[in-house]
Amino acid sequence: MRSTTEESDNRVIMVRDLEMRYGSYLVMSKLNFDVLRGEIKVIMGGSGCGKSTLLRHLIGMEFPTRGSIVMLSQKVSPDDAALTRLRHRFGVLYQGGALWSSMTLAENVALPMETFTRMGRKEIAEVVAFKLALVGLSGFGDRYPAELSGGMRKRAGLARAIALDPEILFVDEPSAGLDPLSARRLDELILALRDSMKTTVVIVTHELDSIFTIADTALFLDAESKTAIADANPNELRNGTADAPERVRTFLRRGAAPQFLAQAEEIDYD
Amino acid sequence: MVKQTQVQLLEVRFEHSGEGAYLLALAGNWTRSAMRANDQWQAFFERIPSSIGAAGRLEFDCRALDRWDMRLVSALAQMLRLSNEIGCEVDLRGLPEGIRGLFDLAAAVPEAEGRGSGDRRDDWLENLGHHVIAIVQGFWNYNAFLGELILELLATMRGKTSIRARDFWLAIQNAGPMAVPITSLLAFLTGLIIAYIGVLQLHKLAADIFVADLVGLVMTRELSAVMTGVIMAGRTGAAYAAQIGSMRVNDEIDALKSFGISPVRFLVVPKVLALVLMMPLLVALANVVSIFAGMLVAVGISDVTIPQYHFQIVNAVGMNDVLVGLFKSLVFGFIIALAGCYRGLRCGRDAAAVGQATTSAVVTAITWIVIVDAIFAVLLNILGI
Ligand SMILES: Nc1ncnc2c1ncn2[C@@H]1O[C@H](COP(=O)(O)OP(=O)(O)O)[C@@H](O)[C@H]1O
Ligand SMILES: [Mg+2]
Repeated sequence: MRSTTEESDNRVIMVRDLEMRYGSYLVMSKLNFDVLRGEIKVIMGGSGCGKSTLLRHLIGMEFPTRGSIVMLSQKVSPDDAALTRLRHRFGVLYQGGALWSSMTLAENVALPMETFTRMGRKEIAEVVAFKLALVGLSGFGDRYPAELSGGMRKRAGLARAIALDPEILFVDEPSAGLDPLSARRLDELILALRDSMKTTVVIVTHELDSIFTIADTALFLDAESKTAIADANPNELRNGTADAPERVRTFLRRGAAPQFLAQAEEIDYD
Repeated sequence: MVKQTQVQLLEVRFEHSGEGAYLLALAGNWTRSAMRANDQWQAFFERIPSSIGAAGRLEFDCRALDRWDMRLVSALAQMLRLSNEIGCEVDLRGLPEGIRGLFDLAAAVPEAEGRGSGDRRDDWLENLGHHVIAIVQGFWNYNAFLGELILELLATMRGKTSIRARDFWLAIQNAGPMAVPITSLLAFLTGLIIAYIGVLQLHKLAADIFVADLVGLVMTRELSAVMTGVIMAGRTGAAYAAQIGSMRVNDEIDALKSFGISPVRFLVVPKVLALVLMMPLLVALANVVSIFAGMLVAVGISDVTIPQYHFQIVNAVGMNDVLVGLFKSLVFGFIIALAGCYRGLRCGRDAAAVGQATTSAVVTAITWIVIVDAIFAVLLNILGI
């Protein structure tokens, strides 16, 4: 056996034999993968296959019916105190931003710091201003979430997610509901954050567009076999250097919607 | 055996074409409007699978089919389903490529396991079991929530944790000053009604002055608290449920949790405290307003004078009557806030669930207000207060 210290130093998340269920409904099982420090891992899969569920397990909102998740050398388990400590070390960007609607952007970003750090008011205000500037929202601190566009809300959510300078950032469907330009912008932002702060990033998405620019590795969830079918760099998966089932390769190469869809458009509806 | 139908634009021919094989030939324009205009095809299609039987095979000939749309596709899909049930084979090759593509598409995603329409459980025992589990689960959830709330409340009151002052003031404003107009209005009307009916009856006994006892006691001991409770359940309890529920739909509750911030401390404690503090004040106001309304009636329609009414009220309504009402209102406030926040936190994740959460917050609160009021009545009677 290899010595583990060197390895485990580099692995911030280890998922072993994970099984996820809602009641008796099996979502996924036999998931095994690692996330390395500083890596951007994209979790891909068709909609409804269990990506968000996996994310909710990783961040300790649901717990596995079998197997384990070890994050930052700590098991993700329902132990409240341990989980709360762990939670301060990662940030989550939810699908719609999930900004607290009764608070301004600045208050949203400030709340975690007010609650969990000993920073003074002025210091917090400075940090908040900087974080908002990072995501391109300086000057919007006084706005309420309802006064912003979807893309801005997501970026504000990102500012809040990095409020406590997390070691890991989890992102659910970054491009959902965004126009291509805003989606690109968010991708670039995440990439820049990783490059400058060495944050490890786990992104859940069903969209192919950004995966080649952003992902270091991509984990493919498969609804049919209810488990992961590939986990490697997307370019290597596409050109066949990395091992994967044929359908992953075709999926990565595609762009071809089934032909009859083109025909169906010609069908006339009166 | 050849059946043939020709109606306007739809042409269909169904024939036995050899060794167990049947041919369905479609021609003309099979569009939605044409199919609606001539609906004989429906009965015709329905009979096809059974006339083929389990051993037969169905083929298609669509070379003469001119135009078609989704209506034809769903009609064929229905026929396919029937054929599957009967067990006859269907050869799709004769169908236009577009239609086959759509069938492939529909078949590509199998009906999800364990959640399709075919999976409705009909076993009553199993259903009963699920219900019992749900009830027990609900009871546990509720207890866990109550426990957490009480711990957080104690921690807040001992100054161990602080709630955000602004949230608290907002909640106070909502539960207090902003509820004053509606509470006063209803208290005033209730006072009027009770006094009016009272005077009419008491006048027969020439005991008009006792209208003061009636209004004073009924309002301070019972009605002010219950009425304010009902108003606040509909006004504030519902708002709590809706607000917290929509925060849940929007992942805001998850966002709190994923920062390790307790939603109970952050959202529920300020609301509970605010309502519990404001309810007695509102009830005190309702007492004053309704007794004043009673006076208007007494002075207006009987020959009771203002000093007499005042004197009678002071005599009839004791301090403990007022305190009983105020204490009840405290409890009611707790019940309302609890029901609202609990339903909000356990709300499902869509807009309809927010509606349900709101409804059930109000219903739960009012039900418990009435039950607790009855318990109070019995206890106070035993204690002789
Ligand atoms: N709270 C829940 N209760 C029961 N089933 C759920 C729940 N949330 C999601 N599911 C089911 O689990 C599966 C995976 O959902 P999800 O993880 O949201 O998919 P994805 O994010 O990949 O689109 C879906 O079939 C969905 O219907
Ligand atoms: Mg999802």
